[in-house]
Amino acid sequence: MGIEQKLGNLGVATTTLEQAVAWSRTNAMWPMLFGLACCAIEMMSAQAAHYDMSRFGMELMRPSPRQSDLMIVAGRVTRKMAPVLRRLYDQMPEPKWVISMGDCASCGGVFNNYAIVQGVDEVVPVDVYVAGCPPRPEALIHGVLRLYEKVQSMKFAEVKS
Amino acid sequence: MEKKLQPILEKLEKEFGTAVSEYRGDTSAVLPAEKIVAACQRLQDLGFELLSALTAVDYWPEEKPRFHVIYQFTSISLNLVLTLRVPVPGIKPSLPTISHIFRNANWRERELWDMFGIKFHGHPDLRRILMPADWEGHPLRKDYPLGYEEPQFTFNYEEINLRKPYAKE
Amino acid sequence: MTDIQEITVQDLKHLVSERAIQGETVLLNMGPQHPSTHGVLRLLLELDGEVVVSCIPDIGFLHTGIEKNMEAKTYAKAEVMSDRLDYMNTVGNNLAYSLAVEKLVDLDVPARAQSIRVILTELQRFASHLVWLGTSALDLAAMSMFLYCFREREYILDVMEMCSGQRMMTTYIRPGGLWRDVPVEFEAAVRDILKKFPKRIDEYEALLTRNPLMLDRTYGIGKLTGEECLNFGVTGPMLRASGIAWDLRKDRPYCGYEQYDFKVPTRTEGDVYARYLVRLEEMRQALKIVQQALDKMPLGPVRSQNRKYVPPPRSEIGVSMEALIHHFKLWTEGYSAPKGAIYSAVESPRGELGVYLESDGGSKPYRIHWRTPSFDNLQSLPAMSKGVLVADLVAIIGSVDIVLGDVDR
Repeated sequence: MGIEQKLGNLGVATTTLEQAVAWSRTNAMWPMLFGLACCAIEMMSAQAAHYDMSRFGMELMRPSPRQSDLMIVAGRVTRKMAPVLRRLYDQMPEPKWVISMGDCASCGGVFNNYAIVQGVDEVVPVDVYVAGCPPRPEALIHGVLRLYEKVQSMKFAEVKS
Repeated sequence: MEKKLQPILEKLEKEFGTAVSEYRGDTSAVLPAEKIVAACQRLQDLGFELLSALTAVDYWPEEKPRFHVIYQFTSISLNLVLTLRVPVPGIKPSLPTISHIFRNANWRERELWDMFGIKFHGHPDLRRILMPADWEGHPLRKDYPLGYEEPQFTFNYEEINLRKPYAKE
Repeated sequence: MTDIQEITVQDLKHLVSERAIQGETVLLNMGPQHPSTHGVLRLLLELDGEVVVSCIPDIGFLHTGIEKNMEAKTYAKAEVMSDRLDYMNTVGNNLAYSLAVEKLVDLDVPARAQSIRVILTELQRFASHLVWLGTSALDLAAMSMFLYCFREREYILDVMEMCSGQRMMTTYIRPGGLWRDVPVEFEAAVRDILKKFPKRIDEYEALLTRNPLMLDRTYGIGKLTGEECLNFGVTGPMLRASGIAWDLRKDRPYCGYEQYDFKVPTRTEGDVYARYLVRLEEMRQALKIVQQALDKMPLGPVRSQNRKYVPPPRSEIGVSMEALIHHFKLWTEGYSAPKGAIYSAVESPRGELGVYLESDGGSKPYRIHWRTPSFDNLQSLPAMSKGVLVADLVAIIGSVDIVLGDVDR
């Protein structure tokens, strides 16, 4: 705190590099448009005017994986769709995170049968699970904020090269 | 039974030898597999323009007939609904296609091939529609398992965790 | 987990034109993840520059096996899965299932339950058309429509949450009536909606209907004649926009629709613009039906008194032995339906939603098949899209109003 007392109102802030990087990552995290089923409608509601996700930095949803950092898997993933999901995840540049939205993406949900992958963590590594069928937009925003807390506590030694 | 349906059913009975039954106001006629194309063409001429549904039921372990294929017709001009049931045996099940008469039968018959394994002769494009193209088996048959996976509760959490295929990075 | 399949021109040579095999045209994949396909629909486009020569849909990326899964659950538990078919019309799916079960077991429904069912179904139709309007206008680059429509939808979702506790997958309409009576705030909330929404629809019309950009992009695109529609099995607003006035609410009425006075909008051109106008008018008529149903709503019970199928109220269980036994039997093994098969259809915002239900006398449906409207509506897409530009194809897909949960089940 010493140098800040000396500089006073010169408009200079001091922080660590990790905090600065975490601040820039969380304040403009762009999700990839990956709405599959019913949860996609609640994701669209969360993006719309009533529960605005742009307040949290997610101003727009990028359809292209090359331009997004976050993949919100919203909806049930079938065995036909699973390789497509993996390929899109591989096409995203580092650093990337995955939120598994809804019960079907987290654990298979209501559907325990031949066609649905029981939990999208069999296909991609997941950072935050949001429960609900479908989760309310507020629940999704809560999940996003938990992800931000996780990103802010990431150390550089943990980042995959 | 609706009055306007009566003459149509009589024509069907005379020309194709159908057996008519009624349940809760729904009329259904059973007819053999060879006559289905001619019957569908006749029904389209009589005013049934819309093929509402084409589905099948599996009566395994009964072998003869194992499947009943159900054709549901709607007539908009006469405001009538009629069901046709066709029994199909379990060994090498097959039927002639009606996709040249009703074009929405194209995908519906593909779905029956995919889900039940019923082949349709003369279909222009018989391949899987809902399952991946290299899937084995026909899911809606009664001898196909549901694919139920044991739910993970607290008492078996660890043992299921060990065999669950988690994704690598 | 299977790998992604590589498809070559040789696999599809019966579906594409000659020029593709010679290499003159390009096969492009408008993949399952795309902002304009309204879900996980894969289209294989054969393109000559920007013009679509042929279009081959590939579906099944959302196939959930609902029909087989419902065979393993009792009738009461299977209803939960019916919401998730056409997830824009969840109340309508519950209604279709309940009507089918009631037809199979011959169960009566009291008049108050019928009118509340009509109110909720019409509000759900309005909400579904709002999402259609928002997303298809978004595809045509009218981005603010998306925000307006979702703002309106929040009012309707508030009403759903007030009745059942859930915004979308309500399972409020059950065989025998409803889950419970509507709360006291219901009428005020619905009257508030009826006061506000007509002006909002006027706003949308002012924004889009005579807009030259909208007319350029949608007028004369994607025409289908009435006979072609019927041949493809197309029902719903697409059929009505091509000239044929077939609406199951008017022609084969269910649930008390015959007592309400409403118009069935029809147009003759059969293009994207006509479908837009038909759906907009349907939104107005839906409000009219809700007004009449709310004014005429009778008092009385909301569930059938037939205890073999409908559980008794909790207050009765403490005092009556029979009520306790009925409750026990319904909760453990569920009710069983007599042997037989029925087909029952309702009018969903997309077309004819039919349920084929067959029972073998047990407590689980032996075979349930959902005749979903988007499956047949999507079959007409290749025929509508010959010789159009890719941008027009996006407008056409928006006008078909598919919901992939409906297509793939």
